[in-house]
Amino acid sequence: MRHYWWKILSIVLLLYTFIAGFLIKVPTIGNLYETIRNLFFHVPMWFGQLILISVSLIYSILYLRKPQQRYDILATEFARTGSVMGVLGLLTGMIWANYTWGAPWNNDPKQLGAAIALLIYLAYFVLRNSMTDLDKRGRVAAVYNIFAYFIYIPMIMVLPRMVESLHPGGQGVEGNPGFGGSSLDPTMRMVFWPAVLGWTLLGVWISTLNVRLRTLEEQKHFS
Amino acid sequence: MRQQYTFYGVLLYVASTIFVLYLAMEHPEDKVWNGLFWMIQLFICVNAVAKSFLAESRGRMLYFYTIAGARDFVLSKLLFNAVLMIVMSLVSMLLFFLLLGNPIHNPWTFTGIVCLGGCSISLVFTFLAAIAARAQQNAALMAIMGFPLIIPQLMLLMKISSVAFADVIQAGLGQLVALLAGMDVLVILLAVILFPFLWKD
Repeated sequence: MRHYWWKILSIVLLLYTFIAGFLIKVPTIGNLYETIRNLFFHVPMWFGQLILISVSLIYSILYLRKPQQRYDILATEFARTGSVMGVLGLLTGMIWANYTWGAPWNNDPKQLGAAIALLIYLAYFVLRNSMTDLDKRGRVAAVYNIFAYFIYIPMIMVLPRMVESLHPGGQGVEGNPGFGGSSLDPTMRMVFWPAVLGWTLLGVWISTLNVRLRTLEEQKHFS
Repeated sequence: MRQQYTFYGVLLYVASTIFVLYLAMEHPEDKVWNGLFWMIQLFICVNAVAKSFLAESRGRMLYFYTIAGARDFVLSKLLFNAVLMIVMSLVSMLLFFLLLGNPIHNPWTFTGIVCLGGCSISLVFTFLAAIAARAQQNAALMAIMGFPLIIPQLMLLMKISSVAFADVIQAGLGQLVALLAGMDVLVILLAVILFPFLWKD
């Protein structure tokens, strides 16, 4: 119980998200109508992705400080789950965009940013797979991971504020492009933050499972 | 001697690319001109800067390793490539003026932007070339890694350089230039901190 309480918490929070997210009364804003409920699924994906790639960054730094195979596996798997959440965020966003903006892809700066993030992390996996030597692979991949993170984060913090966007928080529009939550309706806030926590915990859970699988594979490989 | 060969090779690459572009486009509109210019810079950079690490043989790297520290080595590479890229950008700017017409209202501002832009693109690609060189000298890898990472700088550059096309100076230009310069400093810092880890063999 001491070790897996957060997994139970994740399940409970996600159940709550699905039940409450579909049942609560939502405010009608503009042409959003009922699609506003997608907020509980689309936006937490981005929170989850950012948190997971940040964890990946921390393990990459740890790997460079102290080269242990474990750190390398952790960095890779967290980046992998982060990318999966990025894909899901993009897909849920495209469904939402289809209903509110009229087309799944609008060349919105934030859609472009999300696509760039995917390309950056796909390049990370291509880079990893292009090397066979374990030590070298870990080191080069960690260097790229750190470099890419520090280019990517300023980009998504600065660019969306600079150009016109259909999302909240573009140029000339009120609000935070990272979605602050202060502009959120109180009833929606009651579901939104638990949803963020629930999805992020699920991401961490998937990552740790993958890490265990990979560690077992490595052990089989070497014994 | 070999360096000279590379230099003239890149110069010829610049000239022939822009000539082909001229045959295809003749005199494009302002916006197309701007977009094409920076895309050509990007490709010149991939070709010119990729050579800097990929063409070094193993023995030569070992030689550099014995005579210089990692930090000095990467800083000199960054400096050399920045200067090389600034020269190439200026040459291609002149060729663009000559062949594709001159839609620029503020030529001096644009020259400054071109220098800054060439410098920022080359910094990012120099470091990526260092990474790609470690990954079995794979040149295609550089494009895969580089293009997504260069987008922020390119978007900033296109936005800044659109100023040179207008008669009036737009507000917030200084902020954008400062942002670009800040990103350059960030890239240099990251390169200096991270390169020693790539260096070890």
